[in-house]
Amino acid sequence: MQRELMNRAKELLIDETVVRVLGWKKGDLGYNHEPAYFDSPEELEENFVYDAFCGANLSKYMIEAGKQEGKTLVFLKPCDTYSFNQLLKEHRIKRENTYIIGVGCRGNLDIDKIKAAGIKGIESVDADGDMLKVKTVYGEKEMPFEEALLERCLACKGKTHMVYDELIGAGEKEEAGPKGNRFDRVSELESLSPEERFAFWRSELSKCIRCNACRNACPACSCLKCVFDSNQFDSNQKANADTFEEQMFHIIRAFHVAGRCTDCGECSRVCPQGIPLHLLNRKFIKDINTLYGEYQAGEDTDSLAPLTNYTFEDAEPGIVAERGRK
Amino acid sequence: MMYKIDQARLGELFAAIAEKKDLFLPVKKADQTDFALWTKEAEVDLDTLRTVKSPKDCFFPQSETLYNTSLEEGKLSIDAAALCDRDFVVFGMRACDVQAVKVLDNVFLADPVDTYYAARREHAVLVAGACHEPEETCFCKVFGIDAAAPAADVATWRVGEALYWKALTKKGEALSEVVKEHLTPAEESAVEEAQTQIRSIIDKLPYSHLKLDVFKETPMMELFDSDRWEEMYKPCLACGTCTFVCPTCQCYDIRDFKTKDGVQRYRCWDSCMYSDFTMMAHGNMRTSQMQRFRQRFMHKLVYYPDNYEGMFSCVGCGRCVSKCPAALNIVKVIKTMGGEG
Repeated sequence: MQRELMNRAKELLIDETVVRVLGWKKGDLGYNHEPAYFDSPEELEENFVYDAFCGANLSKYMIEAGKQEGKTLVFLKPCDTYSFNQLLKEHRIKRENTYIIGVGCRGNLDIDKIKAAGIKGIESVDADGDMLKVKTVYGEKEMPFEEALLERCLACKGKTHMVYDELIGAGEKEEAGPKGNRFDRVSELESLSPEERFAFWRSELSKCIRCNACRNACPACSCLKCVFDSNQFDSNQKANADTFEEQMFHIIRAFHVAGRCTDCGECSRVCPQGIPLHLLNRKFIKDINTLYGEYQAGEDTDSLAPLTNYTFEDAEPGIVAERGRK
Repeated sequence: MMYKIDQARLGELFAAIAEKKDLFLPVKKADQTDFALWTKEAEVDLDTLRTVKSPKDCFFPQSETLYNTSLEEGKLSIDAAALCDRDFVVFGMRACDVQAVKVLDNVFLADPVDTYYAARREHAVLVAGACHEPEETCFCKVFGIDAAAPAADVATWRVGEALYWKALTKKGEALSEVVKEHLTPAEESAVEEAQTQIRSIIDKLPYSHLKLDVFKETPMMELFDSDRWEEMYKPCLACGTCTFVCPTCQCYDIRDFKTKDGVQRYRCWDSCMYSDFTMMAHGNMRTSQMQRFRQRFMHKLVYYPDNYEGMFSCVGCGRCVSKCPAALNIVKVIKTMGGEG
């Protein structure tokens, strides 16, 4: 598929449909591909890559790319299209400045899971089959493709693209393989006592180094100036005043993206400390589904969002509403 | 003098050290390994090659109070934070992290001496472990570091069932004395085979043969004005991951928290990737992400060596290589600027 994508991108550059291409550039370790812009067919030929290590969701880069002169071609995986749509809905991307090629996806791999399986000193990874074949300085190793999937792929929303100009390597309506219920872990946490749940989050969030990778990678975090970057505010982004503060940062962020988060999983993918941040977002999604009816952010660009729309029939959960009713 | 201890008895060694000094070592917590204070319950993890954060926190914490002020009945009082006055041991450092401390020393121990840092360094004993299974992201060799023979106060090797222990400095010898009843004499040659093995693997690693001459031979302004920065910075998300996992990044900010009747002045790590880095009253001199990105790598590869007799302020630990959310890193910068080995 990589060759097909590259050739199509070259055509679109040459016939001047687009002036630049946003895709992934081959890394030097076989798995560390980076998001990249390509301005010429030669650059594409030399560096363009598409394989199971192209986890980065390019939708967020389109906020900046969309402000440039001329059209940008962007490659989006099925789950990336939800983020793109949500940004369209929020008027953060100019659709007319974008040409989308929806790309087929069989799931993306998590290099940390490969390393956690004891595979070190990686020279190259062959991810074509059901078994990963990894060449390392310590000899050849294997592990099942499925076991190295990113967390987000274990809860795949489906292989259907929500928005595109054309598709390569994918059909118009494609099913995802059943991968289990994405709310299982949330339900598990809900079943804990408040003390146990607090201990779980405290243990996870105390690892936070306030690097802001989760926020900066998040397509829903598109504020021009984040409140945590304001020097008018005590909770600037650089340090925790106490152990509660790191929780405050993450909880405020989860509230702010509630109803807009598409569950793309970038926050957990990029966290250097492996904090399962997606669980906070999924808790909100689960509650929204329960209280306001099934809703998937990014599925479309024109529906009313549950948290920014009011009806007299709205659920009024929470202690304040309870008190008001008495 | 080489000593050894059965690895199964390391708990006793840790307890013996902790009786006399604070002991920091790699501890696994919620599935990630970082340096933390040893306790009997701590899950010590010496197998993970690299902690997420470096041991830099032990000498230069991510956040520390400098002083507190308070106002009582119209009288202002200022209480400086106490300097470190208790000896501590950092066990399980890697050769790269030890070199990183030397990079920090150059900055913090030069005039004007950073008294908070100096007090910690004075009280610290560094115990490093050889890297028996280096990874593809490692490139310490490029900076003349030998992962098979870490240059700490005490060097250790894990061979077979034993941990071998060799003091290399007076501080190291003093620590050996503290724990001598747990150590038995051993042959110097016991670790030689392991050392040869480590060095042969390091030779095979993909980044081991990078060349940095370009950064010394090219005029500074030519590197600064290179148009390659414009293409390299673009995927950068402007987060602080690289700076916060880096063992040598030493920039900090000083800020105030309001307390009930005063101010708590603290300093915390800063990141040149952040938009308010070096913000001054007139504004910020670096106004684009390209400039901020360039600053980080020019500092590591050009400005620092220019100030400190050619010493680079990268030690090849590979943390930024494995942690950057956009898969950017210093190696890609070195290669792009012409340092391919």
